[in-house]
Amino acid sequence: MRVTLFGTRGSLATPGADTNRYGGNTSTVEVFADDGTLLILDAGTGIRRLATQIPPATSRIDILLTHLHMDHIQGLGFFRPLYDPGVDIHIWGPASSTLRLEARLSRYLSPPLFPVHLRDLPKVVCHEVPRPQFDIGPFRIQASLVCHPGPTVGYRLEAGGRSVVYLPDHEPALALPNGQWPAPDWISGFDLAFKADLLIHDAQYTDEEYVSCVGWGHSTYRHAFEFAAQVGAKRIVPFHHDPSHDDDMLDRLLEESIRRFKSSCSAAAGREGAVFGI
Amino acid sequence: MGHPIQIILMRQLAGYLNVPLFLVGPNGDLLFYNEPAEAILGRRFDETGAMSAKEWSSAFTPEDSDGHLIPPEDVPLMITITKKRPAHQRFFIRGLDGVRRHVEVSSIPIAGLDGDFLGGAALFWEVSD
Repeated sequence: MRVTLFGTRGSLATPGADTNRYGGNTSTVEVFADDGTLLILDAGTGIRRLATQIPPATSRIDILLTHLHMDHIQGLGFFRPLYDPGVDIHIWGPASSTLRLEARLSRYLSPPLFPVHLRDLPKVVCHEVPRPQFDIGPFRIQASLVCHPGPTVGYRLEAGGRSVVYLPDHEPALALPNGQWPAPDWISGFDLAFKADLLIHDAQYTDEEYVSCVGWGHSTYRHAFEFAAQVGAKRIVPFHHDPSHDDDMLDRLLEESIRRFKSSCSAAAGREGAVFGI
Repeated sequence: MGHPIQIILMRQLAGYLNVPLFLVGPNGDLLFYNEPAEAILGRRFDETGAMSAKEWSSAFTPEDSDGHLIPPEDVPLMITITKKRPAHQRFFIRGLDGVRRHVEVSSIPIAGLDGDFLGGAALFWEVSD
């Protein structure tokens, strides 16, 4: 597998001189299998540039949405292959208790928010998750609901005996009693992330910021690193950076986290353009 | 196998309530009860731990006003589990500390987004006679 980060920012696209190194685009991750099967995790603003790098012969693209907050779908309408009748697009994501995925997405992909109706796109098929494990090419995919406001899933992708887990918006530490982690079966996302080779995980806040953001569905660096240790992940990539965190701050947070939490797993910066061979 | 997120969130909510709450899985097995419930059930959850439906429904002895045992299948939470609907009842319960308390219990089914039955929760109050 080859994993490339095209958007690592949370909440709001944040272009600018002070976010150049980590990037300002919102959540988008490309995952290629060795046989060329392409999966895209979330459709944040990073998906526009991702589209420019897709091999021309690609005839099928699967987009796996974790949830439908705007920073995870805003790029969808600007993803060029959506308008190409030669490309089959499969969009996977959560329904709500009253609306199917297609209806939920249509709230954005329709006037007045967007000029084109989802139903008018040539070859788009929507599929709902969570569901039992499913396969796309060589990928075995598991989607599970996790702790974040509104229907939200995380994904585990396995291929060739390796695993990538994507939890960009996740607050597993919500209401931990005395800050202590409970038994594994009471930890949101535990099964999904268990012994992941690469864990891409929400790390939106500092400890100080989190105090006023409890219940908003995001993690601190501490939570992300402790969660990685709980699940036995081999490598963690902090992700979904807060728009107010500039490059220097993100460097500092990563360095401090590696030093403070002495995690058993390695850590890599969640920078736009970062490539991970799994 | 971890618990569904709805069950995890319900337990987290229970930890922040001053209302006794008793949480069971889809087969009625006890998953958790909170501190206010401990005061009525007469034992800390840390001491009892998880229990099967058969165990808890007889351990926390439900009785009617005449002191007769109420069959386990007739208590609200077991009705919720078997019929997948809310239930409500006023009765007496003898906790593991041996004390008989008058309680009022409302139980609700917990169903996931797709309608999957995930368990049930009972909220209860001690009735002041």
